[in-house]
Amino acid sequence: MSANEKKPTVRRQKIRKSHRKARLLFFLILTAALLLVVIFAQQICPYDPNIQDTGISLQPPSLEHPAGTDRFGRDMLSRIIVGLQTSILSTLALVAVITVVGTAAGILCGYYGGILDSIVMRISDVCLAFPGLVFALAIAALLGGGLSNAVIALAVISWPKYARIARSQTLAVKGMDYISAARLAGGSSWQIIFRHVLPNSVGPILVTSMLDIGTMLMELAGLSFLGLGAQPPTAELGNMMSGGRSMLQTYPWVILGPGIAIFIAVVIFNLLGDTIRDYLDPKNSQRK
Amino acid sequence: MKPILAAENLTKTFEQEGTGGFTAVSRVSFQLYPGEILGVVGESGSGKSTLAKLLTRLIDPTEGKIVLNGEEITGKKGKQLRSVYQDIQMVFQTPAASFDPRKTLGDGIGESLKNQGLPKGQIRKEVRKLLKQCGLPEEFADRYPHEVSGGQCQRAAIARALAIQPKILICDEATSALDVTVQQQIMELLRTMRKERNLAYIFICHNLALVQSFCDRILVMYEGEITESGTPDEVILSPKSRYAKDLVEAVF
Repeated sequence: MSANEKKPTVRRQKIRKSHRKARLLFFLILTAALLLVVIFAQQICPYDPNIQDTGISLQPPSLEHPAGTDRFGRDMLSRIIVGLQTSILSTLALVAVITVVGTAAGILCGYYGGILDSIVMRISDVCLAFPGLVFALAIAALLGGGLSNAVIALAVISWPKYARIARSQTLAVKGMDYISAARLAGGSSWQIIFRHVLPNSVGPILVTSMLDIGTMLMELAGLSFLGLGAQPPTAELGNMMSGGRSMLQTYPWVILGPGIAIFIAVVIFNLLGDTIRDYLDPKNSQRK
Repeated sequence: MKPILAAENLTKTFEQEGTGGFTAVSRVSFQLYPGEILGVVGESGSGKSTLAKLLTRLIDPTEGKIVLNGEEITGKKGKQLRSVYQDIQMVFQTPAASFDPRKTLGDGIGESLKNQGLPKGQIRKEVRKLLKQCGLPEEFADRYPHEVSGGQCQRAAIARALAIQPKILICDEATSALDVTVQQQIMELLRTMRKERNLAYIFICHNLALVQSFCDRILVMYEGEITESGTPDEVILSPKSRYAKDLVEAVF
């Protein structure tokens, strides 16, 4: 290949790289904005989301109430903002828990193998054998309603995915010569796991959890919609939609507002997850 | 003279479903004396690498004993096993794969010292000294394995193996992945290190010519067993077993 032919490809690669960087930055800023709204929900929302005023119930969007009001005259915008906070914070907690628990279980199984591996993997098979939401419904019904129980229910059915990924990553890493070398350096199993196995297997797991935030947000809202998640009067997007579902044709803003909020949040998290995956994919950093 | 390392009837059978298992190493016995270079030759699949892993206790033998400095190490676990690695170290076949891709060469070389609880500054100094001894510039401590060539990486691997001053170095095809000129440089480095530190080597290799010029004694392995042993000249000039004859004919 002559120098003339090589130059444009290198330049194109650089442009592609900068495009990817710009895209990543864009979604990071969007996510940061969303998280800022979530963190400062109480300060941002124009009205108290729980104050009822039947005199102004079911008003269409106006300058005073940009997203209208609901059946009890509560300001929808305030409720959406606070509802977003409830939904996103519990989703993030859920994803954090299943990522940590699943990864820990998977790495231990992959590293030690044997009976521990068999037992934990059979348990995860059982959890995977049930259709997800149905199993979550059963658990939520067993433990009773409530947001924390919905989170537990979803955690129980979601951790095996992480355990499986972490286990297969660990098995691949464990066979590498540098793990043998680390053992020869006199490292204990824990030192080897934390210094070598975890850093070398955590990439795909983190990408999965980024992509899972959107899914979990929807499933959690779904459980609340079915009445098994957050209980009224707590503002949570799922139960707000549930409360307004009979009014879709007459007072659509009561259900569309929270629906659009979920949509936007899920899209932002999914696109961020995709972008991070593309960004970390080593194949993309070479020519394509 | 007392042997520094001895294997007695070492056997490793890998369990396989249906066939009743595959014996990779079968009733292998030998002694290694301080400062000696013992060559192990044999074709691919003859059990040389399995033997190396057995001797370093990376895998457990099905039967037999390994005696290090007159003390049996076969059943050792955990902390006791880890102390064995102060005497026995290994250099792997593929240099790049033997370093963690996310850590610098310096981190890899200093890991055994870190595990012994040496302070950071001293590890840093020691790593630089080792790199220099192995013919690499000090800056290589901050390089990543994919940033250096195969030969340079193997030098770093030797530096790592020598960091805690072992008495025995097992080289598992340590030069096989390198081209011929680099191979010579690595052999030269191994010779120098042996002179300076009175190391004993177990030099696993499939290149008979290389073994002849380097080793004091050789073992010929075939299908997991030792078929022949003796000085290089004995084995090469008057091979007794059928396989050793074939091996010699193939090279000379």
